[in-house]
Amino acid sequence: MKVLVPVKRVIDYNVKVRVKADGSGVDLANVKMSMNPFDEIAVEEAIRLKEAGKASEVIVVSIGVKQSQETLRTALAMGADRAILVTAAEDVHTDIEPLAVAKILAAVVKEEEPGLVICGKQAIDNDLNATGQMLAALTGFAQATNANNLEVEEGSATVAREVDGGLQTIKVTLPAIVTTDLRLNEPRYASLPNIMKAKKKPLDEKTPEDFGVDVAPRLEVVTTAEPAERAAGVMVGSVDELVAKLKETGAL
Amino acid sequence: MAVLLLAEITDGSLAMDATAKTVAAASKLGDVTVLAVGATAKDAAGEAATIEGVSKVLVAEDAIYGHRLAEPTAALIVSLAGDYSHIVAPATTDAKNILPRVAALLDVMVLTDVTGVVDGDTFERPIYAGNAIQTVKSKDATKVITFRTSTFDAAATGGSAALEDIAAAENPGLSEWVSDKVAESDRPELTSAKIVVSGGRGVGSEEDFKIIEALADKLGAAVGASRAAVDSGFAPNDWQVGQTGKVVAPELYIACGISGAIQHLAGMKDSKVIVAINKDEEAPIFQVADYGLVADIFEAVPEMTGKV
Ligand SMILES: Cc1cc2nc3c(=O)[nH]c(=O)nc-3n(C[C@H](O)[C@H](O)[C@H](O)COP(=O)(O)OP(=O)(O)OC[C@H]3O[C@@H](n4cnc5c(N)ncnc54)[C@H](O)[C@@H]3O)c2cc1C
Ligand SMILES: Nc1ncnc2c1ncn2[C@@H]1O[C@H](COP(=O)(O)O)[C@@H](O)[C@H]1O
Repeated sequence: MKVLVPVKRVIDYNVKVRVKADGSGVDLANVKMSMNPFDEIAVEEAIRLKEAGKASEVIVVSIGVKQSQETLRTALAMGADRAILVTAAEDVHTDIEPLAVAKILAAVVKEEEPGLVICGKQAIDNDLNATGQMLAALTGFAQATNANNLEVEEGSATVAREVDGGLQTIKVTLPAIVTTDLRLNEPRYASLPNIMKAKKKPLDEKTPEDFGVDVAPRLEVVTTAEPAERAAGVMVGSVDELVAKLKETGAL
Repeated sequence: MAVLLLAEITDGSLAMDATAKTVAAASKLGDVTVLAVGATAKDAAGEAATIEGVSKVLVAEDAIYGHRLAEPTAALIVSLAGDYSHIVAPATTDAKNILPRVAALLDVMVLTDVTGVVDGDTFERPIYAGNAIQTVKSKDATKVITFRTSTFDAAATGGSAALEDIAAAENPGLSEWVSDKVAESDRPELTSAKIVVSGGRGVGSEEDFKIIEALADKLGAAVGASRAAVDSGFAPNDWQVGQTGKVVAPELYIACGISGAIQHLAGMKDSKVIVAINKDEEAPIFQVADYGLVADIFEAVPEMTGKV
């Protein structure tokens, strides 16, 4: 069984985000970019399936600017077998919407016929949490989002999902789409020899046109603004003072 | 314009707060029809019918809707979609599972975690862990939206909308429920609680989380946690507050032994009053706190429990 893992290149989670003064978006020029953290978890899970003899090949795919190649190389260095880069934007500020991403991924699924697709639950830039579910809709596959644990069996997978009330375990028919939550695993770091080896692994380059997908956005960004600032607070010297202040202001 | 609103129903009971807040947000868009789905949904539907602003409640009761699986519920919503300009739900894990699937089946984009309605096509939503607020205008025929409930006031009750039974849609039969692991608790629900007391890595162990819980219980509060506390096994996953956990905006949020990473702030910085207790005076949490106390939580938290 092949496992397909979509990985997105996003602003590094440690970087302080700056909104551009003209309201056109967030400044991504000369900013450190990394693999979306949930996608690292997805790559790790796929590699573990291969190591356990449950997957035959791990294919990673990224859709975006050509620099997404670096993200794919990182995934290859972690242990993925080959990569597909779909160059769909010129400018790092162009974000391809989940619907278009899902359409491209659905076309890749048709070609590659993976038994399982593991996405991240959410991209930490647009915070949409949509692509996996959309891909499931377009392929007609089952979906198991927010995975906390994944067991692959013959023709099915059992997935424990992080939900508002705790954990829900469901069984899905394969092929299926799984999205990762934070506690699924702890991703490995790529070793130096593996980083060198990854440079020689196959990386196929494609465009949305190759798949007949129109990536024109459905949502027009009118403006991007800074969130409201909180007014400066005060430091208190003791628990007594804290409780007094809270009572004074009616918070308690 | 007409809105179809997926009520938040778990095991037959309605999440009134989340549903009523979504009705308030949706009322700005048009006439609101609530969809109540479940193995048992009548009682929940009856309750939803009392929310002011609801004009009708559709009730789809069938065993296939028993465990909030995405595929059958999405299929049902799609079968009804033709009559509506907007399909909306509260941004819960259930609705976030279902609505993007609905959107893709309708060939439209989804708008998740919406915090503001500008007009019927234009919405505000936070991006980059709430470090920017984007205003987007949809060009799609049907708008599919989840609303972040913490930013809307609940619609009042007192209405009496009519109930209408509808037939189940075909079940794609792709997934089945195995089990639920739900912790029973008498505490208020995290996302609707008036007060939240949260613990972070600084709490140090599951055992010591009891000091956080004791303060919460004294205040009638819900308990939250940082990702580090959940990852370390001090607290269950459904207590995580943050960018990728729950978003809360209580009257009072008390952060204990939490450093204040942006991913945590994303889930609580709209709280009315924020208190931070941390032994490191440089901790970034103090920058968003209304009241900061530099102290050891093992002394300060039990002391506070005794004094409130
Ligand atoms: C993709 C992604 C998603 C994430 N999503 C979330 C999320 O949703 N929610 C979330 O919370 N985090 C999230 N994080 C993690 C986030 O970046 C931080 O790592 C996390 O919030 C840190 O938790 P903490 O403050 O408890 O731990 P730390 O940063 O380790 O801070 C512990 C604090 O406790 C204090 N302390 C220690 N002992 C004591 C004591 N005895 N008395 C008083 N103070 C004490 C220390 O001074 C310190 O400030 C996410 C990260 C990533 C990459
Ligand atoms: N441009 C992209 N390229 C590859 N994978 C993507 C892309 N956008 C989203 N994904 C995948 O979909 C997941 C959820 O993203 P989103 O729906 O944008 O929050 C990510 O964690 C990735 O696995």
